[in-house]
Amino acid sequence: MSYLLAAPYIIFMAIFGIGPALYALLMSFSKFSAGVPQYWAAGLDNYSLAFGDSRFFQVFGNLLEFLIVSVPLGIGFVVLLALLLDMRPGRFSSALRLLYFIPGAVTGPALVLLVICILDPTISPFGPLFHFVGTTNFDGLVFPDSLPFVFTLMGFFSGAGMWIAIQHGGLQGMSKEVIEASELDGCNAWQKARYIKLPYMRPYIVYQTILIFALNVQLFVEPQLLTSTWVQANVPPQWAPNQLAYSYAFDVGNFGAAAALSLLMLAIGLAGAVVMIRLTGFFKLEA
Amino acid sequence: MTRQTATKERAPGRLSLRRYVGDLGIVGYLIRLAILLIFAIYFVVPLVWLLFATTRDPNSLYTSWFPFTFGSIDRLVTSWTNIIGYQNGEMLLWLGNSIRYAGLSLLGSLAICIPAGYILAIGRFPGRRVLLWLTLITMLLPVSAMVLPLFLELNLAHLINTQWAVILPAMFFPFGVYLSYVYYGSSLPRELVDAARVDGCSELRVFWDLALPLARPLLGLLAFISFNANWNNFFGPYVMLNDDKLYNLPVGLNSVVAATSALRPGFNPTPGATSFVQADAAMAAMFMIVPVVIVFMFSMRYVTSGAFTGGVKG
Repeated sequence: MSYLLAAPYIIFMAIFGIGPALYALLMSFSKFSAGVPQYWAAGLDNYSLAFGDSRFFQVFGNLLEFLIVSVPLGIGFVVLLALLLDMRPGRFSSALRLLYFIPGAVTGPALVLLVICILDPTISPFGPLFHFVGTTNFDGLVFPDSLPFVFTLMGFFSGAGMWIAIQHGGLQGMSKEVIEASELDGCNAWQKARYIKLPYMRPYIVYQTILIFALNVQLFVEPQLLTSTWVQANVPPQWAPNQLAYSYAFDVGNFGAAAALSLLMLAIGLAGAVVMIRLTGFFKLEA
Repeated sequence: MTRQTATKERAPGRLSLRRYVGDLGIVGYLIRLAILLIFAIYFVVPLVWLLFATTRDPNSLYTSWFPFTFGSIDRLVTSWTNIIGYQNGEMLLWLGNSIRYAGLSLLGSLAICIPAGYILAIGRFPGRRVLLWLTLITMLLPVSAMVLPLFLELNLAHLINTQWAVILPAMFFPFGVYLSYVYYGSSLPRELVDAARVDGCSELRVFWDLALPLARPLLGLLAFISFNANWNNFFGPYVMLNDDKLYNLPVGLNSVVAATSALRPGFNPTPGATSFVQADAAMAAMFMIVPVVIVFMFSMRYVTSGAFTGGVKG
C-alpha cells in the first residue's frame, strides 16, 4: 500500500532522474566522433582528459571557494532573520517577510541583468557607497577573486526570502504549549529563540544546508551570462565546473568528456552531502 | 497567566516604552530593528531601482543614483511598446508559454511530491532508505550531466520541441519530495496517524483524510517553490526547444538582451539588432518578476495560516 503513494514519484524518478544519470555514466566511457557514439570505446580516456585539463582544478577550486562563502553565510543569515521576524509576529514582520521574499521572483537571466546594473557604480543605486569605498567601475567590483562573493550576494538576494518563508512555515508547526510554558518559566524573546525555536528548526536547517549545497554546486547560468554571453566581464570563460562540462559538450562536441566531468562533479557533491548527512543525521527527523 | 493579565489591567491604553519593547529589551529591540531594516534595504532597493529604471533614459540613470528617481511617462510608454512589440509580440507569447509550462509542471509535481514525501516520512517499508538516498542523489545531479541524456530520451519519444519536453522533466521534483518529507516528519503527530490506523483506516485513507488536509502550509510553500523553479527554468527550454514561438520567458529574455547593447554601452550590436536601452531591458525583466509576485501573494496566505497547531488536541 505504501508503494502506491510513492509509485508516481518512483516512475518519474526512473525516467527523468536515474535513467538519464545511468546513460550519462555510459556516455562517460564512450567515444564521440562526428556525433556518433561508440559505447565503451573510450575506456577511461574521458576521465583522464578531464583530469588532465589545466582548468579542472581551477574550476573546482572556484566552486569550493564559492561553497565555503555561500553556504555558511546563507544559512546563518536566513536563520537569524527568520528568528528575528518570529520574535514579534504581526503586521510589521509579515510586511518585511514579504519584502524579503519579493526578490525571489528575480532569478536566472533577470537576476543577472539586475546585478549587472547594480554592480555598475556609474548607474547603481549603491553608487555612492561604492564610490565611498573607492570603486568607480564594474571591473573594480567584478573580478576573479570577488566572484565567490558576487555569486553569494546574488544567490542570497533572490533565495533568502524563500528560505525565510520555509523556516517560518516550519516554526508555525511548533506547538503553542511549548512556547507558553517557556514564557511561564520566564524566558525572554532572545532566550526563546536560542533555546526553544532554534533546536526546533534543526530539521529545516539541515534541509536547507543540503539544498543550498546542492543548488550551489549547480552554479551555471549566472557565470555563463556574466562572462561570455552578455557582458565581457573580467572573468575566465569557464569559471564553474558546469561551464567546463558545457564547453566540452557544445564547444568541442566531446559529450563523453562532458559526462565524465559531470559525474566527477556528482561524486564530489555526493561526498560533500554524505559528510553533511553524517554530521547532521539528515535522515533522522525525529528530534 | 494571571500575572500578565494583572499587568495589562493596571495601565489600560497607556503607551509605555517598556511595555512596547516587551521581552526583547530596549537594546535588543533596537538591534533587531536595525538588522531587519538593513536587510530590507538590501532586498528592496535594487528592485525599486529596477522598477523606476523602466521610466528613465540612459542620461537620467547616469546622473542620479537615487532609486526613486522617476524619469518620464513617455519613456515608460516607449519601454512598454518596445517590449510588447519585440518581434511582433513574442513577449506576450512567451509570457503565456511560461504560465502554461510553470502551471502544468506545478500541478504535476504537487501530485507526485506530497504523497511520496508523506509515505517516506510516515511509512516503514523496504526500500525507503534507498528511495531517500536516490532522492538526494538526483538532487545533486549536475544539469550538464542530465541535459544530453534527457534530450536523447525525449527525442526518442518524439517530444523535442514540444511543451512536454519542458513540462514532464519538471514534474520530477526531488526537492519538493524532500520538503514534504521534512514537513510531515517533523510536524505530523505520529499519535494521530497511529490512532487512525488502529481505527482501521487504510494507508491511502489516512493520507487522503488526515495528512492532506493538514498540509495547507506545506502546499502553499511547495506551490511557490515549484512554480518559481519552473518559471525560472532556463536550461531545459534552452536546450529542448528550438522554435522561438515555444520559448518561455527566461530563454526569450536571454535572446532579447543578447540582441541589444542595453547592458554593454559601447558594444556594437550586430547590424539589424534592436537599439534597446536599460529601460527596455528593465521592462523585459518586469515581465518575469511581476507574475511571481502575484503567485507569492496567494501562496503566502496558505503558508502563514498555521493550520497545523492543535492537530493533536482536536
